[in-house]
Amino acid sequence: MRFTKDHEWVSLDGDVATVGITAHAAEQLGDVVFVETPEVGKAVKAGDAFAVVESVKAASDVYAPVSGEVVEANEALAGSPETVNAEPEAGGWFAKIRVSDPAELDALMDKAAYDAFVASL
Amino acid sequence: MTMMNVGRPTRPEDAIAGEGFRSLSGGRGLLQDEALLFELDGWDKCGVDLPAAELDASDLEGLTRDDLRLPGLSEPEAVRHYVRLSQKNHAIDLALYPLGSCTMKHNPRLNEKMARLPGFADLHPLQPVSTTQGALQLMDRLAHWLKTLTGMPAVALSPKAGAHGELCGLLSIKAAHEAAGQGDRRTVLVPTSAHGTNPATAAFVGYSVREIAQTADGRVDLADLAAKLGPDVAAIMVTNPNTCGLFERDIIEISRLTHEAGAYFYCDGANFNAIVGKVRPGDLGVDAMHINLHKTFSTPHGGGGPGAGPVVLSAALAPFAPAPWIVAGPNGLELREGDAGFGRLTAFHGQMGMFVRALAYMLSHGADGLRQVAEDAVLNANYVKARLSDVMSPAFPDGPCMHEALFDDAWLEGTGVTTLDFAKAMIDEGFHPMTMYFPLVVHGAMLIEPTETESKQELDRFCDALRALASAAKAGEVERFKGAPHLAPMRRLDETQAARKPKLVWREDPGSVAPTP
Amino acid sequence: MRYLPLTPADRAEMLGVIGAPDVDALFADVPAAARKTDLFDLPLHAGELEVERELSALAALNRPAGAGPFFCGAGAYRHHVPASVDHIIQRSEFLTSYTPYQPEIAQGTLQVLFEFQTQVAALTGLDVANASMYDGSTATAEAVMMAQRVTRREKAILSGGVHPHYAAVTQTIAHAEGMEIVRLPAAIDAEAAVIDAIDDETACVVVQTPNVFGVVTDVARIAEAAHARGALLIVVTTEAVSFGLLKSPGAMGADIAVAEGQSIGNALNYGGPYVGLFACREKFVRQMPGRLCGETVDAEGRRGYVLTLSTREQHIRREKATSNICTNSGLCALAFTIHLSLLGGQGLKQLAAVNHSRARELKAAVEAAGLEVLTPRFFNEIAVRTKGAAAELVERLLGDGIIAGVPFSRLDPKAGLDDVLLLAATETTTSADIAALKDALAR
Repeated sequence: MRFTKDHEWVSLDGDVATVGITAHAAEQLGDVVFVETPEVGKAVKAGDAFAVVESVKAASDVYAPVSGEVVEANEALAGSPETVNAEPEAGGWFAKIRVSDPAELDALMDKAAYDAFVASL
Repeated sequence: MTMMNVGRPTRPEDAIAGEGFRSLSGGRGLLQDEALLFELDGWDKCGVDLPAAELDASDLEGLTRDDLRLPGLSEPEAVRHYVRLSQKNHAIDLALYPLGSCTMKHNPRLNEKMARLPGFADLHPLQPVSTTQGALQLMDRLAHWLKTLTGMPAVALSPKAGAHGELCGLLSIKAAHEAAGQGDRRTVLVPTSAHGTNPATAAFVGYSVREIAQTADGRVDLADLAAKLGPDVAAIMVTNPNTCGLFERDIIEISRLTHEAGAYFYCDGANFNAIVGKVRPGDLGVDAMHINLHKTFSTPHGGGGPGAGPVVLSAALAPFAPAPWIVAGPNGLELREGDAGFGRLTAFHGQMGMFVRALAYMLSHGADGLRQVAEDAVLNANYVKARLSDVMSPAFPDGPCMHEALFDDAWLEGTGVTTLDFAKAMIDEGFHPMTMYFPLVVHGAMLIEPTETESKQELDRFCDALRALASAAKAGEVERFKGAPHLAPMRRLDETQAARKPKLVWREDPGSVAPTP
Repeated sequence: MRYLPLTPADRAEMLGVIGAPDVDALFADVPAAARKTDLFDLPLHAGELEVERELSALAALNRPAGAGPFFCGAGAYRHHVPASVDHIIQRSEFLTSYTPYQPEIAQGTLQVLFEFQTQVAALTGLDVANASMYDGSTATAEAVMMAQRVTRREKAILSGGVHPHYAAVTQTIAHAEGMEIVRLPAAIDAEAAVIDAIDDETACVVVQTPNVFGVVTDVARIAEAAHARGALLIVVTTEAVSFGLLKSPGAMGADIAVAEGQSIGNALNYGGPYVGLFACREKFVRQMPGRLCGETVDAEGRRGYVLTLSTREQHIRREKATSNICTNSGLCALAFTIHLSLLGGQGLKQLAAVNHSRARELKAAVEAAGLEVLTPRFFNEIAVRTKGAAAELVERLLGDGIIAGVPFSRLDPKAGLDDVLLLAATETTTSADIAALKDALAR
């Protein structure tokens, strides 16, 4: 699993990357009430805002950690947004992207680096 | 003596402690609980005596309904239902209501009496203007007051609220640019401390929004502004005094730079109460400014509206003001309703009911009274700031504030109590919380605007309560805050559930949550 | 000064606590050039008696609608509001409270809003309604904006039966957002033209019923045509009492229904404040503008109400908000709710019946006076062909003490319908009024 400075995580399996927000981000956000997942088929570039996660008092953009095409969105979040709080780095995934350039992941932080980054904030 | 046998005790017996006391039926003395209208069994009732009319809808074959199910109540039931509900509201008429940027001043009852004169209330907007000269004269007189107080030559009266006024101002600006061949100015600059309606309005009008940085002393960063102004900028939207409660000292330079870059200066007039009768925005280089009649000019907030947001305009923008315009005709005042300015913002002419109230207020105060309003508003806010600064942390401690005092949550650090908790605890002390978490530029913001209609006694009562709360927070009495409010009609509510499973209408289904006694 | 509690002694003491020599020291940041020592050129303060005299004099220059036979409609209607309504809305806790951002001490306002939303949903036959807009015209513009967001298309079609002010407001707002507005020519029975105009670029179709000429239409066919092309149907109603009798927008296939609520609970007030009603299908709820009140529970499990789905709104979403609206029309919505709770569904239906009955009487009288009624099916308003300019007829009848309705040319001088007069009758219209009108017309 790799991490961005904007608190997204990405996990590659073959050429499909699963993306979500980190446990730290979910905790800071508070109770998640709604997730606007991206449209399947949408093309994204690394850094594009491609989803929105909402708490009662805030709406935060979520940025694509890698470039590619959205191949699946987590429909279960529509009925159970609380999954993002319960399992942010597992069942609370937002979308899957077929990556165009797997090397992009190398530029992202690993867990240790991300934890250190969060500690420095 | 003549024997009496109707004596009974007339002083309290040794009172028994009432902690945790619960009545038998769930009632709580004067404070009544009240079910929903739809639970009062009024499905076949009507509290209005109507003439019997044979419904002959033969001419409306196939166009009628018979599926309308709504409960009715007799007058006694309706009065009771709504009076009970009213008891659950806090209000200006109960205590100091310190909402920053909202200007919760007293709502004079004379205003209500005047607005209800049949000559104003029972007037249709489309009656021949010869039958509404008094209304047009009133609007004209209000316009005169607004123009004189702001030093601006023109005013658009029709916007129905502040945000609607912002829309009016930006649309005038957009039209003015287009008329001057400057239509490709696509950006609006807005300080980071701006009220949310500012960027929302700019986006609504098709502009992209860029933020202007703030200096350490809470004002617009001139260097940043100068760097961001350019040929793509249509306007800046600046609040003055700003949302931190501070007067923009460099305002003349701000407007100079803006005009030099070919842009217009839109001023958000929400904080006009600090300077009304004392300073004219026109003298500061403002091109357009909305005025919230429901803030500065005392028209009632009514639980969320109606408001009114007339916009004063510079000479350059005046030709683009929306319809209708009040103009002098051969037989008195007329409404120019057709082609005017950028078009129409609302049906009819604007919030006449609020115009009457605002003019009653202006006439009552006069030039001298209005100046006193601004001075007392600023004095009251500085008094509150002075009385609280040693126990709470003012966001901008150096120098005076204007009509509102801004604190951050630095002073709560380490207590486990947040701004939200502190605000909820104020409720138990009898006060509506101040504005919290706005402006966004200050952490855990607490924005307190007492207004001029508070007596020194009430200000002291308020400050004493906050000082006591501050001490309690620092002394570690976390439960007092986390569990607050304890004494309100309702405890803290689950806003997460409301957002995850929105239930926005009552439905006749067994799954709905029943009221708990 | 009766609204200013501070005394000179208070002020002096407070300045002492603040540590300022005088109040002008607190205004030190005001540029010298903008500091005015003289009072502004406006009258000095006045007592209540004086203010009453001045404003009463202005009021006396107006002819109240109820002072004689009166037949204006065209988007604002003279109805009788029970005395208790105005009395309740003037209670301190309703009049002088703020937007219910602190729900624990605003359950009065919040529960009323929940009741209001439920009533509006029932009237319009739709799933959800918001806590009010400024008025019917701005609600219409906002509905078109919402259709743009939902369909991601840029074209809106406005029927020729939509109130010209509503159409103008919609054009103003939509133009600012870069939308294309196709405004069909004003026409009495305008709905057929609408279907022909729908294409694959259409975000929405806006139809009014009863329309500005009073015509009542079943818009189900238009709904079908719109939906077949992926467009939304927005139905506009300017006379809220008509919801008591006529098929609801929802039943006819509307996706969004907007209306002017003034007829229920609110006086004419020369055009404002009014109250916009806004309702739509459940699936669109996150794209709705305006405040929404929802049900929940408190820390002790008691049912309560809160403003919800706030991430749509300006104070959170800022430039990405569904609307810029903040202050809405709360007190007018309260008046609406109270009046409608007195009427109930049965009462509203009966009130609608009375209105329709008076309008039938009006129609008969106008025809007996030799004028042609152009509205084939009506609720409480009819369009009449006048001999000569309708505006001149209205001026003539004013001399007889009759306010004989609204000339269409007042709403839209360029439509070429200068000989069309709009006349409304409500439960406040008497047979004597109608007889007087008939006599004056026949002369």
